[in-house]
Amino acid sequence: MNRKEFLRNSLAAAAVLTVPAAAAPAEEHAEPVGFNHLPSVNTTTMNTVLHKANTRGHANHGWLDSHHTFSFAHYYDPNRIHFGALRVLNDDIVDGGMGFGTHPHDNMEIISIPLEGDLEHKDSMGNTAVIRQNDVQIMSAGTGIYHSEYNKNKDKKVNFLQIWVFPKKRNIEPRYDQITFRPQDRVNKLQQIVSPSHEDDGVWINQDAWFNLGTFTKGFTTSYQLHQKGNGVYAFVIQGDVRVNGQLLNQRDGFGIWGVDGLEISADSDAELLLMEVPMIK
Amino acid sequence: MSAVNILVIGRHAQIMETVLRLVNTQPHWHAQGALTDDEARQKFSASAFDVVLIGGGVEEESEQKLKQTFLSSRPDIKVIRHYGGGSGLLFNEIQQAINGLSTQE
Repeated sequence: MNRKEFLRNSLAAAAVLTVPAAAAPAEEHAEPVGFNHLPSVNTTTMNTVLHKANTRGHANHGWLDSHHTFSFAHYYDPNRIHFGALRVLNDDIVDGGMGFGTHPHDNMEIISIPLEGDLEHKDSMGNTAVIRQNDVQIMSAGTGIYHSEYNKNKDKKVNFLQIWVFPKKRNIEPRYDQITFRPQDRVNKLQQIVSPSHEDDGVWINQDAWFNLGTFTKGFTTSYQLHQKGNGVYAFVIQGDVRVNGQLLNQRDGFGIWGVDGLEISADSDAELLLMEVPMIK
Repeated sequence: MSAVNILVIGRHAQIMETVLRLVNTQPHWHAQGALTDDEARQKFSASAFDVVLIGGGVEEESEQKLKQTFLSSRPDIKVIRHYGGGSGLLFNEIQQAINGLSTQE
């Protein structure tokens, strides 16, 4: 089966695959459109990979508008599978009151970062929570959990990043954590939001990974030192224009870099940046 | 187009049910599930599988033994790990394995 056939055959099942029937009327998401198959040729240089925002996979299900930095669901590009342990970076916009019905996960570290609006979470471990802007949620799916995610508000959209990181250890006991961060603590500085140490700042992750958020004013410069040799960093620009080691990045661009000890970062405009340091597993 | 037969091994019955349902929505993909090692061996010897998907909860020791058994019997098959437990990566993982099979041919 070639890729076009695969995608064509897959479309009919997309509603079942991405959203349980309870989440939205079938006719609203039976025809996902806009998959982006732009090749990622000429975007790789030594030790870096550039993913421009407009080359991301795109699935518009009506109630859900999702951009995939890496191959996900029925977006499949063999050149865009993962960056080390970072496997999924989805930029999801969900209509008011809509969402993902109860569905399973296992063996994945799943991080949700709301950018706008509120997301309601319920899971089989008994957790019920609303994740708001400035919150970061992590689930270690481990041996297996069920959860649902809905837009808490009926009258406005929720935009959130969902990030999946391969676990360091498979089949751990499922776990959930959520922290509210102070936005003022990341103005012109990097704020650690994910780390592999319980004693360190951020939600704990079952992987040698560190995530940082920064809100920068135009002209601000800073540096980032990697925590672990052999790791790489994937930079994702939430808003504005940022340079990472000289590479200009615009809104929603992604830039992976490895084989370095540190990064030099500068803001070409007011900007928000997410840095994800992960092991460069094959 | 030839069919792709997939053996899914996992320990979580509900996740297994979901994974099998999702895989079997594809017209050319046929999946069977096994919740124990014995069941996996039994099904493997009864059918010609192209891909074996190791799902959640399968202990490292079981995984290695099963992999060894399967590959010694059928060196051409793909034994891969499934991550994520649902639709997100399932199709990508199988498609990657199929691409691997086609490059072997």
